[in-house]
Amino acid sequence: MSDTATAQPPHRALGLTDAEYGLIVEKLGREPNAVELSMFSLMWSEHCAYKHSKKLLRQLPTEGPYLLMGPGENAGAVDVGGGLAIAFKVESHNHPSAVEPFQGAATGVGGILRDVFAVGARPIAVLDSLRFGELDSARSRYLLEHAVGGIGHYGNSIGVPTIGGELYFEAPYEQNCLVNAMALGIARHERLTRSAATGPGNALILFGALTGRDGIGGASVLASAELGEGDADKRPTVQIGDPFAEKKLMECSLELLDRELLVSLQDLGAAGLTSSSSEMASKGGLGLDIHVDRVPLREPGMEPFEIMVSESQERMLCVVEPERVDEVLAVCAKWETTATAIGEVTDSGRLRVLSGGDVVGDMPVEALVDDCPLYDLAPEKPSAPIYPAPSPSLESTDDDPAALLPALLASANVADRRPVFEQYDCLVQSRTVRRPDDADAAVLLLPESDGARPAIAVSIDGSGRRVACDPYRGTIEAVLECAANLACVGAEPLGLTNCLNFGNPEKPHIAWQLSESVRGMADACRALDVPVVGGNVSLYNEGPEGPIYPTPVVGMVGRLPDAARAGRLGFSVAGDAIAFAGPFKPSLPGSELAKLRGEPLPDGLPEIDVAAVRKAQETIRDAVRRGELRSAHDVAEGGLAVALAECCLGGGHGARVDFRGAGSGGERLLETLFGEGPGGFVLSGSRPALAALARAIRLTFVGEVVDPGEDLVLTLDGDAALSWPLAELRVARARGLADALG
Amino acid sequence: MRFGVLRFPGTCDEVDAQLACERVGEAVILWHGDRDLQGVDAVVVPGGFSYGDYLRVGAIARFAPVMESVIAFAREGGPVLGICNGFQVLCEAGLLPGALLPNKTLRFVCRQVDLVVEHADTIFTNACEQGERLSIPAKHTTGCWYAPRELHEQVEASGQVLLRYAPGESFNGSLADVAGVRNEAGNVFGLMPHPEHAVDPLTGSTDGLKLFQSIANHVGAARV
Repeated sequence: MSDTATAQPPHRALGLTDAEYGLIVEKLGREPNAVELSMFSLMWSEHCAYKHSKKLLRQLPTEGPYLLMGPGENAGAVDVGGGLAIAFKVESHNHPSAVEPFQGAATGVGGILRDVFAVGARPIAVLDSLRFGELDSARSRYLLEHAVGGIGHYGNSIGVPTIGGELYFEAPYEQNCLVNAMALGIARHERLTRSAATGPGNALILFGALTGRDGIGGASVLASAELGEGDADKRPTVQIGDPFAEKKLMECSLELLDRELLVSLQDLGAAGLTSSSSEMASKGGLGLDIHVDRVPLREPGMEPFEIMVSESQERMLCVVEPERVDEVLAVCAKWETTATAIGEVTDSGRLRVLSGGDVVGDMPVEALVDDCPLYDLAPEKPSAPIYPAPSPSLESTDDDPAALLPALLASANVADRRPVFEQYDCLVQSRTVRRPDDADAAVLLLPESDGARPAIAVSIDGSGRRVACDPYRGTIEAVLECAANLACVGAEPLGLTNCLNFGNPEKPHIAWQLSESVRGMADACRALDVPVVGGNVSLYNEGPEGPIYPTPVVGMVGRLPDAARAGRLGFSVAGDAIAFAGPFKPSLPGSELAKLRGEPLPDGLPEIDVAAVRKAQETIRDAVRRGELRSAHDVAEGGLAVALAECCLGGGHGARVDFRGAGSGGERLLETLFGEGPGGFVLSGSRPALAALARAIRLTFVGEVVDPGEDLVLTLDGDAALSWPLAELRVARARGLADALG
Repeated sequence: MRFGVLRFPGTCDEVDAQLACERVGEAVILWHGDRDLQGVDAVVVPGGFSYGDYLRVGAIARFAPVMESVIAFAREGGPVLGICNGFQVLCEAGLLPGALLPNKTLRFVCRQVDLVVEHADTIFTNACEQGERLSIPAKHTTGCWYAPRELHEQVEASGQVLLRYAPGESFNGSLADVAGVRNEAGNVFGLMPHPEHAVDPLTGSTDGLKLFQSIANHVGAARV
């Protein structure tokens, strides 16, 4: 730490403003001691208090017909029928991953899994959303390799499948990568567990790993400030994960709940014991006494404040009736999990920290949890572009579509994700009906009920570059993209979770991005009738060279009645008709092709007819559910031509597609082939089945699926044609990431 | 018939194995700290990361109390199937020849692979045809089967290699593309791919079910 940092008052070094400190003094009626100050600094950090985002988030709809548990609990939950609930949430672990990618990503997975089993749900799936700088940077390749390694290490070892995700490479993430992890869990409705501490006199039991000095101040030091020089010095604030400990902790927690031994349960995440205990007390409207000298420590001589703020992983906190304590300790012993009664619930409304019989901290719970000031943002649309144009990776004169398609398929944002997802176990637990390459969304079996085999589908998405072009419409696109992915497998959306990754909200242009993005998300959710069940905000994602692209990541969960009819994306039967469907209006600005050409981001994206997109999604979803489509794939990065290539490669069949009317060259042809926008689908199936859809939505027959071994052929005006052997496209698409991952 | 599926701390695929067994018989979970095998007819040592795979894969599990009983059960001719981590545990326990080394890429890989049935006249493959190809997923970091030359020759000569990766299908660098081997007596078999993840057409293939069916056939025939 530099001299200037040590010279400033302690509250400022801990990230509190002078006014915030003054308010703490007022709430306490005195100066806080060191224990109290460190606890306040964490609870009043951006990461815990959402002080710059809470007011905005109130716009998001949080009610829906399937909602069982909304924002505020460890994870939200929706009803999937048969008395079952799916709990899910996405969370960021960006700054730890930028400092130490393997452990940062691994503990990101561990943290989100704990959120899910803390609500009583058995984790059944993990997805991840990753952003790095361009692959020509050695740092980006290092971060990619190690973050992917960390996710695999944790998820594989704990027996929860990693079934999907997304991955983009853009220069603004060079210094500040994004690692967002989403987890889903399953529980019977009545098993959903809340975290409110109730019943004065009940015991507070800490179980799981020992408490050490790792991760001290992670939430305030790493998560609530910009990254800068000397971040290697922050490595001690990164936590170290142990998936074996978490596996035992998970099985132990689920057994404790199965035996109905717990009053409430909470995981320890950011700000450790401080936030978990104060949140539990706050939700119950009660107080807690915590004896820090009873907390089992990994190293001797830890100070009370260190114990209260340690972010050691793989720990849980539960409230237990006194007569059940012995049974709880016995279950923990069976799972070789350390468990200790460290305190009790009180009716004081105060969080008291005791050590050796002395009170070393004593604060009103309300002051810690609810009294942090909330700030209004001062949004202002920037007058000049914030982001430089991407570096071109294609010759600008290179307009030959025959060369552009393989180039797009080989580009980092479009290339085959296999080198990444093959490092993840996507099968464990025997639910995976659609694996990462099979369809636009992952599909997981639900338990059989009355002879039916229903399933859930899940997708995660959010293109930062599109949001950087237009925070409002770009965010709507992210929500629509997730819903489109679900539609393609036949799933109806039930709820969504989001992780809002943005720069420093105290800067007007970032405040504008954030405000517009949340407005877009709220409008899109209302238009689709999908509630937000919970989420996470990650701000201050900036490096010395500027902010990241604004990146709202959306994770959406849906349900389909018959797993056997879950959609696929690939063309699989020669002779099937191919159709383009939906209100798709391709445009090149802000597209993947524009990026490869080094074109600056446009100021704004085209208007979206959200109602028409919803209608298209519903029509396609219903057709998939009826088993009438052979394949369905939505048009995303790289436009129609890339979508067609993905359909060919996915099903191992060639295709002949008619693009007459789009010109035989020039920008208009490129726009038709490679332009992007929401609302487009590539479908294959029998001609009558597709024709039936044309009564409800815009649909154009464009060609037919041909035999395996035949080319992808696009017919153009004037007897011209473009043609690619599938082998050539496959090699191009395989190359992009395989080269980078070695 | 009744299968017993072991559960160590860190085991991940035991419920999947139990579900697969239940398609051809009954199945109970056996806890690592218990010595009682509850009279089961066959034992499955499932996949996962027993004891966190700390020290060396399978090295700690081999000393679990339940393994004492499994080793005795195997010595008496009881059928024992080891899958992935279970294969590693059985090698560590000396019940199967060879050892599993890290994949040649040093990375975890999860992939559907084709296996070739080398011998169909065994406890574990009697529901298959000789030379049949089975599509079964494999997922591991430490699945490169290795044996010193003399041992390998002996294993091949006595027909102990029951499953081999089809040409080009192995990603782990196993010697002679070995995917699964049995012991000399023929009642203990281990493989790296996961047959329990290939028992339902909705979640992939059903080829893995043949291994469980084979064990059930054998136990049923032995009873008659």
